[in-house]
Amino acid sequence: MMLTQDVWEVISLSLKVTTSSVLLGMLMGIPFGAFLGLYSFPGKRLIIALIYTCMGLPPVLVGVIVYLLLSRYGPLGSLDLLFSAEAMIIAQVVLVTPILAGLTMAAVHGKERTYWETAKSLGATPLQMMLTIIREARGGIWSGVAAAFGRAISEVGAVMLVGGNIEHHTRVMTTAIILETRTGNFTAGLQLGLVLLAISFLFNSFLMVGMMNQMKSRRR
Amino acid sequence: MMKNLRFAKVFLLFSLILLLAACSQSSSAPATSPAAAPAPETQEVKEITLATTTSTQDSGLLDYLLPIFEQQSGIKVKVVAVGTGQAIKLGEDGNADVLLVHARKSEDEFVAKGFGVNAFDVMYNQFYIVGPADDPAGVKQAKTAKEAFGKIAEKKATFISRGDDSGTDKKEKGIWTEAKIKPEDSWYLSSGQGMGETLQMTDEKKAYTLTDEATFLSRKLNLDVVMQGDKSLLNPYGIIQVKSSAKQEEGMKLIEFFTGAEGQKLIGEFGQKDYGKGLFVPDAKKR
Repeated sequence: MMLTQDVWEVISLSLKVTTSSVLLGMLMGIPFGAFLGLYSFPGKRLIIALIYTCMGLPPVLVGVIVYLLLSRYGPLGSLDLLFSAEAMIIAQVVLVTPILAGLTMAAVHGKERTYWETAKSLGATPLQMMLTIIREARGGIWSGVAAAFGRAISEVGAVMLVGGNIEHHTRVMTTAIILETRTGNFTAGLQLGLVLLAISFLFNSFLMVGMMNQMKSRRR
Repeated sequence: MMKNLRFAKVFLLFSLILLLAACSQSSSAPATSPAAAPAPETQEVKEITLATTTSTQDSGLLDYLLPIFEQQSGIKVKVVAVGTGQAIKLGEDGNADVLLVHARKSEDEFVAKGFGVNAFDVMYNQFYIVGPADDPAGVKQAKTAKEAFGKIAEKKATFISRGDDSGTDKKEKGIWTEAKIKPEDSWYLSSGQGMGETLQMTDEKKAYTLTDEATFLSRKLNLDVVMQGDKSLLNPYGIIQVKSSAKQEEGMKLIEFFTGAEGQKLIGEFGQKDYGKGLFVPDAKKR
């Protein structure tokens, strides 16, 4: 079965869904995490506790909730999104955003004081200050992105529920592995699993190289 | 320093011994009573694996039958509920002792290839073609399953296939072949999941699908039966012993239970209370 057109289709859909959800998650999670790392306000502790809880959200639970929301009999049923790639992206955004927010917050918090005060004394606007901090904390933020990517691409419970594993439409690597195993094609399942591992490895090595470079430059 | 290290070693060894003692105690506790009465000890060891299709598990039949068997025989049954394709594969690999499946052709091959012995018919149920109540493809007017599939293809109404090589999936593919239609357009979706999930998807998408009676009746969905009773929609289940199984005697006992008078009666009664009719029709006979 190695690398037939069907397999490519499954791999490319996996990558599409994962990248879209990580990008969307970054758009929301990073600014939110930076904000939490920089400002204090009443109720912040509760929000932080919630974010840390959501970092370990069970994917199947997210799957069920998104399923019920998008179901034809649910509140968003008219959108007709259930069993589509969009539905899978929605579920994964819910899963990865807390990870991105939480790790950004931790990274920003570590850098906060010095850079914050320097930027402020140089007369930076709040937006400029936030951008500066995010740039300075990028090592930690990247590890958040890596964690989010790893979670999204290897996740199966939620995408199975809301995507439905429909051939040529919503079948991704993880759901294909389940199907292959259920039908007794252990070899095919294992092969896909190796591809999944290879992608994860490649992605994480890129991030690692980036982080290493940053560490070196800082030491100088 | 040295003294500390020695103390640590002694402490570690001591805790290890304690741990082992605790473990062996818990396992020896039940073993002491069989020493007095040897009969129950041999019963406790007996455990067989039954590989079966999701339909027997999801419908609740096994939860109904197996406790009775376990109580009577003292043999514990581990159920692995998967698609028929995988169930048969489990048998070929020697990972199951008995198979309860529904794909006659694959079953016969399994026996012919020498993997299985003592094959029996156990029971049958029906397949339904189900779809939305307003029946946009007009399947209700069809006389046979073949004709019904023809109408669905003609109207390009969404049809959801299991696509998981299960007994139901094989049945469905067989009907398409009979109708000389190659379903591969965008109206034909392959879910690659179990019957319950596929029915749910069919409901959500207002589509058609082929389902076994038991799973369909056990779910409350807004789907109507649009075709039933056609001869090609009968769904016979077989029970087969795996030849390489090390537990021939226990496996045979399970088969005797399913095909014997009491098991057959129980099968016939199953579901009557909840659905007004039995989900399976018993028809045991040796092949």
